[in-house]
Amino acid sequence: MATVNIAGKDIEVDEEGYLTNLADWNRDVAEYLAKEEKVDMTDAHWEVIDFLREYYDEYQIAPAIRVLTKAIGKKLGADKGNNKYLYELFPYGPAKQACKIGGLPKPTGCI
Amino acid sequence: MAGPEFEVPSLTEYTEVPKIQEGAMAHLKSFLAAEASQSYLGYPYELPADWKERAIDRMGQILDRFRSVRVFLDACVHCGACTDKCHYFLGTADPNNMPVARQELMRKVYRRYFTLPGKIAPWLVGAEDLTEDKLNKWYNYYHQCSECRRCSVYCPYGIDTAEITMAGREILNYVGYGQKYSSEILMKVQKVGNNLGLPGPALADTLEGLEEDMEADTGLPIKMPLDVKGAEILLITPSADFFSEPHVESLIGYAKVFHAAGVSWTLSTYASEAGNFGLFNGNYETMRDVAMRIRDAALELGAKRIIVGECGHAWRVAYAYWNTLTGIGWGGEDPFSKQLQDQLDLRYPQPTHICEYTWDLIQRGVLKFDKSLNDDRVITFHDSCNVARASRMGDEPGGQFAIPRNIIRAVANNFRDMPEDTIGEATFCCGGGGGMLTDDLIEARVKGALPRMNAYNSVVRKDGVNFLALICAICKAQFTKVLPYYGFDRGMVGGVHQLVSTAIKLD
Repeated sequence: MATVNIAGKDIEVDEEGYLTNLADWNRDVAEYLAKEEKVDMTDAHWEVIDFLREYYDEYQIAPAIRVLTKAIGKKLGADKGNNKYLYELFPYGPAKQACKIGGLPKPTGCI
Repeated sequence: MAGPEFEVPSLTEYTEVPKIQEGAMAHLKSFLAAEASQSYLGYPYELPADWKERAIDRMGQILDRFRSVRVFLDACVHCGACTDKCHYFLGTADPNNMPVARQELMRKVYRRYFTLPGKIAPWLVGAEDLTEDKLNKWYNYYHQCSECRRCSVYCPYGIDTAEITMAGREILNYVGYGQKYSSEILMKVQKVGNNLGLPGPALADTLEGLEEDMEADTGLPIKMPLDVKGAEILLITPSADFFSEPHVESLIGYAKVFHAAGVSWTLSTYASEAGNFGLFNGNYETMRDVAMRIRDAALELGAKRIIVGECGHAWRVAYAYWNTLTGIGWGGEDPFSKQLQDQLDLRYPQPTHICEYTWDLIQRGVLKFDKSLNDDRVITFHDSCNVARASRMGDEPGGQFAIPRNIIRAVANNFRDMPEDTIGEATFCCGGGGGMLTDDLIEARVKGALPRMNAYNSVVRKDGVNFLALICAICKAQFTKVLPYYGFDRGMVGGVHQLVSTAIKLD
């Protein structure tokens, strides 16, 4: 396992840069991970990350894409409640990239 | 994870056989599995001191148990018919991705330890010791094979390269070289019930949300029942159908079909996964453990029919293995096998593919469609490798090719096939099957998709095709990821039951 130093603290990440210990996450860590992903964090990005983390707290898994788009649509308007909008924010794929920045485990499967 | 740098091949009118580039993909190594999942599956997680003995031992056990593997290792005459049939060779030009050469990595070792000439005069027969370097090569190249079996179609001896790859991966697991992606998934499916690790409450919440969406769209109370005892049909579908786009559109399609047919059906939390990665790793016991969950759910819920959703490898396991893995064929004396046989309604094929189910309803006039609702789409169909070459649908030869196309033609006006040498039995793998649908193998996935992308491009240009219809969760995820590398919009990817969902008339 590799470690990265973020704001003076050593933090363990896996081969792909996902946090090994979810408790290590904070906003600085998120900013760092986003930079690694070449994602410029805006309020729009934070809306998604915050929802992901809330959902994870309740269900111990990231929300399905449809659950996420619906929640974003309700909050920010129907024109943003779709997969295309999420890809604009997280171009490598909203599920994996947003989970990484949000400090959640990588969703894997046939996805 | 913003993605590694590599050169994306250019699209050409026909897929040409590339000039060999020795070692072109030697660098590509899938992440190794760590302790948690390897221990769970009963494997070591790092190379033990006696790794060589362990590897040879395991190889011997596999040879004794699966005569097919021994025959495939013995029978090859190096004619070369398979060399240009593999999408990974065509896309990467690495000679070790020629099926014959990939097999030869193991065949050399087999000769050395298991044949008389190889034991006494290895230099005469191309027999070689197993070394750590060779083991590493196995690891790299046995994870650049999607076990799609296209090469087998062209082999005059019918050698099934996939079985060599599966044996290779099992031996690698046995010496601590498990693949992170498959290993973790095989743990999740057995701990949580599905490959994604979607716990019951999250699944219930997701399905509830989909019911709301469907009601908003149609005005009808279309249900996605979960864990309903006494439902006639148990639907086993890949967990990606709950989680991903465009997969979920097909799930909605199945629900609408069941609604229109007026049948009772249910999903199961305990068996919320169709895909069986035990197949990919060549471990029969793991494959059985995963399959057993479905049998147990069917018994618990009392289902009379088991229907499998759009999932390629799942259908191979269901169609070809369930009977001997978990059914009456496993052991005639097993009371649960007998109970299941008594319980299932034997007027229907068990298991039934969702396409068989829908096509039967269409033929009987139960389902009605407004085909014009799909008029914005010009559709082509990609035959998924394991459905095409390892299973069937319906009761006619070639039903696995005809039935999905028949459904598409019944629900849409514009359908065009891709060139003949790239569909049906000759179909190219999507490039992400067999345990390769992971980000660490993206280079092989993109390059391996080249033959399919060339064929797709030809119908895009000639016929204006804008929709790639699929019946496999891996194909859907792989093409969603890979299409943009070749300049296509990821929104072109979808499921056959997504098309059904668009056109179906409900009341």
